[in-house]
Amino acid sequence: MLWKNTYNEFIKILAKPRSYIGLAALTLLILIILFAMKADGRMYISFVTASFEQTLSFNGNILNGNLIAFIILQMLIVHIPLLVALVTGDLLSGEAAMGTLRMLLTKPISRSQVVFSKLIAAAVYTFILVIWMGFLALVVGRWVFGTGDLIVLNSDGLVILNYEDILWRYGLAFLVAYLALMTIATLSIAFSAFADNSIGPIVSTMAVIILFTIIGTLDVSVFDHVKPWLFTTHMASWRSFFSDPVPWSAIWDSICILLAHNILFVAVAVFKFKRKDITS
Amino acid sequence: MEHQAIIEVKGLQKYFGSFEAVKNVSFTVNKGDVFGFLGPNGAGKSTTMRCMLSLIKPNAGDIRIFGKNLFEERNAILAKVGSIVEKPDFYKYLSALKNLEIFARVSGAQVSQKEIYETLDFVGLLGREKDKVGGFSHGMRQRLGIAQTLLHQPELIILDEPTTGLDPQGIIEVRDLILRLKNEQNKTVILSSHQLAEIELVANRMVIINKGQTIIEGSVAELMNAQETLLHIELVQNSQGAAALIQEILPQVKVQVSSPKTLELSIEKKHISNLNNKLVQAGFEIVALEPKRKLEDFFIQMTQA
Repeated sequence: MLWKNTYNEFIKILAKPRSYIGLAALTLLILIILFAMKADGRMYISFVTASFEQTLSFNGNILNGNLIAFIILQMLIVHIPLLVALVTGDLLSGEAAMGTLRMLLTKPISRSQVVFSKLIAAAVYTFILVIWMGFLALVVGRWVFGTGDLIVLNSDGLVILNYEDILWRYGLAFLVAYLALMTIATLSIAFSAFADNSIGPIVSTMAVIILFTIIGTLDVSVFDHVKPWLFTTHMASWRSFFSDPVPWSAIWDSICILLAHNILFVAVAVFKFKRKDITS
Repeated sequence: MEHQAIIEVKGLQKYFGSFEAVKNVSFTVNKGDVFGFLGPNGAGKSTTMRCMLSLIKPNAGDIRIFGKNLFEERNAILAKVGSIVEKPDFYKYLSALKNLEIFARVSGAQVSQKEIYETLDFVGLLGREKDKVGGFSHGMRQRLGIAQTLLHQPELIILDEPTTGLDPQGIIEVRDLILRLKNEQNKTVILSSHQLAEIELVANRMVIINKGQTIIEGSVAELMNAQETLLHIELVQNSQGAAALIQEILPQVKVQVSSPKTLELSIEKKHISNLNNKLVQAGFEIVALEPKRKLEDFFIQMTQA
């Protein structure tokens, strides 16, 4: 029954116009960034390299597809959670608002199976978003701008990565970014289990992200013990794959915390949904 | 004949916060019954129906369907139940066919494409199966709701207001459908409706609930016959004389002469035949003798008591 309902979920997601908003918005954003970089990218890069040009000489194709993909990831990782929440926050509560949840739950399918089938559908949808972003950023970026060494400016300074040493980093970075986005998906599904309207879980998810991000950026000692446990602190840990050497221990910690949040949010969703009176 | 109980609801209670939606509802539905589930708005009908489909968990009471505890063997029970609660809602952005395919997939039975088309034909939606449900009229959605109810050949069918929004022809078709389900397939049907005339025409048993409690339960015919009925008598002439004779035969009955040709009285149904004979023997020419009691009167009497 789980897989049959998961198949149903795919049919619903594919048929809903809002499912394509995320993909369309992502495509548009990336195309705009690619166009802007093609038109004025050298100027943009010179802002970053200017401070080093007195001590270093930059040769070759700095503005290459690898750097474009990094810039795109950096820019969009803030916006993609909204695109994910737009679909996943609607999965349970949207059906409650439509009345179809009442119809569905009179069928011989357990409530846990309903949540898990929606979770699987959300996971696949989020994966497609990440893959699409990866394709546009990396494949189209490389096709338009060519390949080359990747220059990344991080808190430790300038990191130069050989072009042959990059693809595996992107592969793992996309996987960790996917895990971070799944945390958003599970959070919005958990909110969705409490609500009977579509907009509430989406707004609540974004409110939590904003709140946690603000706490994470406030340089106040009272939050120091909290910050390492907020999932938003670890959402950008994909960036660590572009450090040299790669801080495997920190990445592993981030993965564990993100996984723990995923499990917690799914458990909350199942717990609430199993006990919920369907009055809509 | 021993009746096989399909549904047994005992001492059902449900609170929403401090609001007591269902205080004490009990009834039994037997196999093959068309069971009328009646009550005024806010009586607790919908909450009871939702409890029977495990949409709402009661605070107390027991629900057994097919002899099994609903909350222990939910999936096995629901695989044999088809239902519409309140109103049928569908995925408006999908076609009627896709909607039925979705519900068939989770119905617990293997429903073939042929069976889906046959069901669409049965409810008069064949030819509209590719249309999106968003463009359907209320009546068409109601028909589609009945179609999804029947897809997996359930033994028990729960229909909440199935004729709402249907035109007169549609109401007759649903009534015929319910009777066919009972007579040809021996299905058990629970029917809630505000159209009491419909219930009267199709139900053999019924329960009336009010303010969250069972008021009365039993056979429709017995419940109606057990009560006094309002008898309307029309004569060719001399209603005064007929009234005097009735008063002589049945002194406890109060007769009201409403015109020179008509009179009305409250009488137990079993006395009507005898009264008719006596009037004819006395030479009164009767044009019409019509028991006026309807389920509506009975319902109002029960729920206002």
